[in-house]
Amino acid sequence: MGIISRGFGGRRRESVPGLPPGQYLTHDFPVLSAGPTPRIPLDRWRFTITTETGEKTSWNWAEFQALPAEDVTVDIHCVTKWSKLGTTWRGVSLDTLLENVESAADYTMVHSFGGYTTNVPMEDLLDGKAWVAYKFDGEDLQPEHGGPARLVVPHLYFWKSAKWVNGLQLMPEDEPGFWEAAGYHMYGDPWHEQRYQGD
Amino acid sequence: MDGTPLDGNAMAGDLREIFAVDVTAARYLCAGCTHTDAVGTLLLWHQSPGLVARCPNCEDVVITVVRAPDRVFLDLRGSVRLEVPLEGS
Ligand SMILES: [Zn+2]
Repeated sequence: MGIISRGFGGRRRESVPGLPPGQYLTHDFPVLSAGPTPRIPLDRWRFTITTETGEKTSWNWAEFQALPAEDVTVDIHCVTKWSKLGTTWRGVSLDTLLENVESAADYTMVHSFGGYTTNVPMEDLLDGKAWVAYKFDGEDLQPEHGGPARLVVPHLYFWKSAKWVNGLQLMPEDEPGFWEAAGYHMYGDPWHEQRYQGD
Repeated sequence: MDGTPLDGNAMAGDLREIFAVDVTAARYLCAGCTHTDAVGTLLLWHQSPGLVARCPNCEDVVITVVRAPDRVFLDLRGSVRLEVPLEGS
């Protein structure tokens, strides 16, 4: 041990409740991007759910804002190892969005402006586990954090919480999205450290 | 803060671990727009869970590199082919 122990007086990692294995706490909000930040004017914004039979349900910005919204406080975990606890979001629950959609699909592909995709099982979007959020920390969601609106699925690694979200394709079989095809895990449970394919 | 891309030469270190040749000097043929140039001229988005190299002409993803502790995943989905110059020929 050196003269100054890093652990001295600090909290041991395992003593932080809510922190999954291999993660560290951060208080800022790092911006990760795999490409240019799309700027989407609200009059061009649309969110569309397409079922496995091709049926579409869609909302423009005004219609989306008129849906019942929820304020949620959740912990988020990025696969690059930072976690941020107690983040506050306002958005529309996927239960609300999928309420009147007829489908037997077990899987979904989340689509974003700019072409990003990520796969999420249907059951991980339902029962109060996921939102399309348009406010963070009481403010309009900024473009670099995924505004006008992003998916928030806090119980999975944050790459599943697609920024600039614009739709959901419902699928009978699971298929990889952008990072999943590039080597990341198909499901991405932070509590089981499902970071890469084969983990 | 907005992420700003580097150029593809910043992939040299990761690719050198996989290939015996300098892949940044290889020519890619973009699957999206057929643009071709050296891998080193791709736009590299590095502040993300992996390296994402995009075509400077059409912005499509040409190459991704994902590093796990014990593995490297190289995805060439957006490259029709790589033309690799060989030394001494
Ligand atoms: Zn191109």
